[in-house]
Amino acid sequence: MTQALFGQLFLGLINGSFYALLSLGLAVIFGLLDVVNFAHGAQYMMGAFAAWMALTYLGIPYGWALLLAPLAVGLVGMVVERTLLRRLQGLDPLYGLLLTFGLTLIAEGLFHHAYGNSGFAYPVPGWLRGGVNLGFMFLPLYRAWAVGLSLAVCLACWFVIERTKLGAYLRAGTENPRLLQAFGVNVPLMFTLTYGFGAALAAFAGVVAAPVYQVTPLMGSSVIMVVFAVVVIGGMGSIGGAIVTGLGVGLLEGLTRFWYPPASSVVVFVVMALVLLVRPAGLFGRER
Amino acid sequence: MHRFALALVAAGLAAGAAPAPAAEKLSDGKVKLGVLTDMTGYYADLAGPGSVLAARMAVEDFGGKVLGKPVELVSADHQLKADVASNIARKWIDEGQVDAIVDLVSSSTAGAVMPVAAEKKRITLLSGPGTTAFTGEKCTRYNVHYTYNNWALANGTGREVVKQGGDSWFFLTADYIFGKSLEEDTTKVVKAAGGKVLGAARYPSPGTTDFSSYLLQAQGSGAKIIGLANAGADTVNSIRQAEEFGITPKQSLAGLLVFITDVHSLGLEAAKGMYLTTAFYWDLNDETRKWSRRFFQKHGKMPTMVQAGVYSSVMHYLKAVQAAGTDDADAVMAKMRETPVNDFFAKNARIGPDGLLRHDMYLARVKAPKDSKQPWDYYQIVKTIPAAEAFPSVEAQACPLAKR
Repeated sequence: MTQALFGQLFLGLINGSFYALLSLGLAVIFGLLDVVNFAHGAQYMMGAFAAWMALTYLGIPYGWALLLAPLAVGLVGMVVERTLLRRLQGLDPLYGLLLTFGLTLIAEGLFHHAYGNSGFAYPVPGWLRGGVNLGFMFLPLYRAWAVGLSLAVCLACWFVIERTKLGAYLRAGTENPRLLQAFGVNVPLMFTLTYGFGAALAAFAGVVAAPVYQVTPLMGSSVIMVVFAVVVIGGMGSIGGAIVTGLGVGLLEGLTRFWYPPASSVVVFVVMALVLLVRPAGLFGRER
Repeated sequence: MHRFALALVAAGLAAGAAPAPAAEKLSDGKVKLGVLTDMTGYYADLAGPGSVLAARMAVEDFGGKVLGKPVELVSADHQLKADVASNIARKWIDEGQVDAIVDLVSSSTAGAVMPVAAEKKRITLLSGPGTTAFTGEKCTRYNVHYTYNNWALANGTGREVVKQGGDSWFFLTADYIFGKSLEEDTTKVVKAAGGKVLGAARYPSPGTTDFSSYLLQAQGSGAKIIGLANAGADTVNSIRQAEEFGITPKQSLAGLLVFITDVHSLGLEAAKGMYLTTAFYWDLNDETRKWSRRFFQKHGKMPTMVQAGVYSSVMHYLKAVQAAGTDDADAVMAKMRETPVNDFFAKNARIGPDGLLRHDMYLARVKAPKDSKQPWDYYQIVKTIPAAEAFPSVEAQACPLAKR
């Protein structure tokens, strides 16, 4: 009984760290650009595919893919921001949502056309194979690594945004971009870089996820809904909120799977509805 | 194939049985087939564009014409949605003059289209879906369930696994009509064979990618066998994650519906040793190899049983139209039932009054990487399950049409 509970909680933590990583990128983008980035799932998928393609066609191993895939997807993101998203600035956020949603469909369609839907298996790198028996469950080494890595990246992002000068600019840009520009900061460039960074985070999550899940064109669309709920619960644009809520939702799902499994995929949306009723700006968000 | 059809007509003429100039008996001056399948979703690889290709190959091999009039082929994506599927079917029948609807992968869409087609007297040729009830309580007069059903899968894999000592089961079930029906059928087989079922974890599908928590439940149950009552990407992910969490090889998996495309994307290392039941394998004999290589040249992948079934069902339909001298659904259905199927897909197989095509099935085991000699050399055929054992008997079916 307790063994099963611990097992499910631990799995919840693993999922939660993925949610945290993904919602972090969404929160960063929304915070600064006011864009609801629906392409986040596609960018996650592209990250996983980039890692797979690098390994299959070029023989580039996992370690390098962790660095290169986010870089590549980040660049694509920056081009998208420069050429498309920028034109929607100042309009209702709904337009950005529609645009990124359309881009998602195009990206998924292209990958589907080229690779089919069953996708590919990305092998777990040799040095992370195997696992440890924790007594209450068998913990695959790779999942432990994924949790550690995700949390480390989340904390690093939080630190940069909340505690450094660069982060201060970012936060200032969120509050009042015009004033910041008047101080001589190149705000448009900052927007481009931020969007690229958010996309790179999604791609990074994709690379981390590749050895765990099958790499398929649709892998993003199945996870993105939960991630959006996480961001809404945490408060749109709140960095710390996204991280804490991501982990919290993972644990909550784990608990639900233990008590009443059929509800586990709905529970996050129930919580979202409750939070919206009580605190419309989200748990960690501020009213604007 | 074309020659065979001609020979059939010639034989008919010689016997004086062929109806005189029958072309007028074709509605709208043509025969039109619609392939309704999942073009981009979870089942697109096992059916989808490959099913459309298989249907097109059948039409081309038949000669592109029947009774001197053209055979047309259309296709559409039902997106795995029952309402989309029934709307397309309605449109095809009312405005598009479609005479028969083919494939219908995923049971929820097939279940929505069958009554629509039956009401308007159009034929459905099911290749993709598995629900046994389509020739049971949900049977219609104008439906043929061609390639496989859950009963056959449950019997083939379930019985053999219990026989080999796997007598306690836990199911990992896709929570919709197909998965539940497969779980139910297999439960019956396992119990009948003397095994017991310890429980099931039902997960929302499509949409689940992380199976670890369900697998943990399966592990906690202590069952010897974890039965995978799912399909496509779900099966692939659950097999991979079972290996990752050290569940296999301590507990064994039984894939209840595994397609060759799944094994291809899993890789033999992860899939090796798994039992599965299939209606078709490309490397069975010269005939299957010949057809499959042609398919491979155009598609880049070996055919799944669903795609091979689509080809065979379209061919059988066109031959029946030719023989009946009309595309009237009642006459064609009668001809299809009367004539045994004899091609690379099935030998001496007959369609029962319930609409089920009873043909041999194969119990296969996935090869280990070292035993695989060439690309797509994945299965070792353990045994051939004769048609009479592979499918439920007509009497055992809850179909009112079969009772008369």
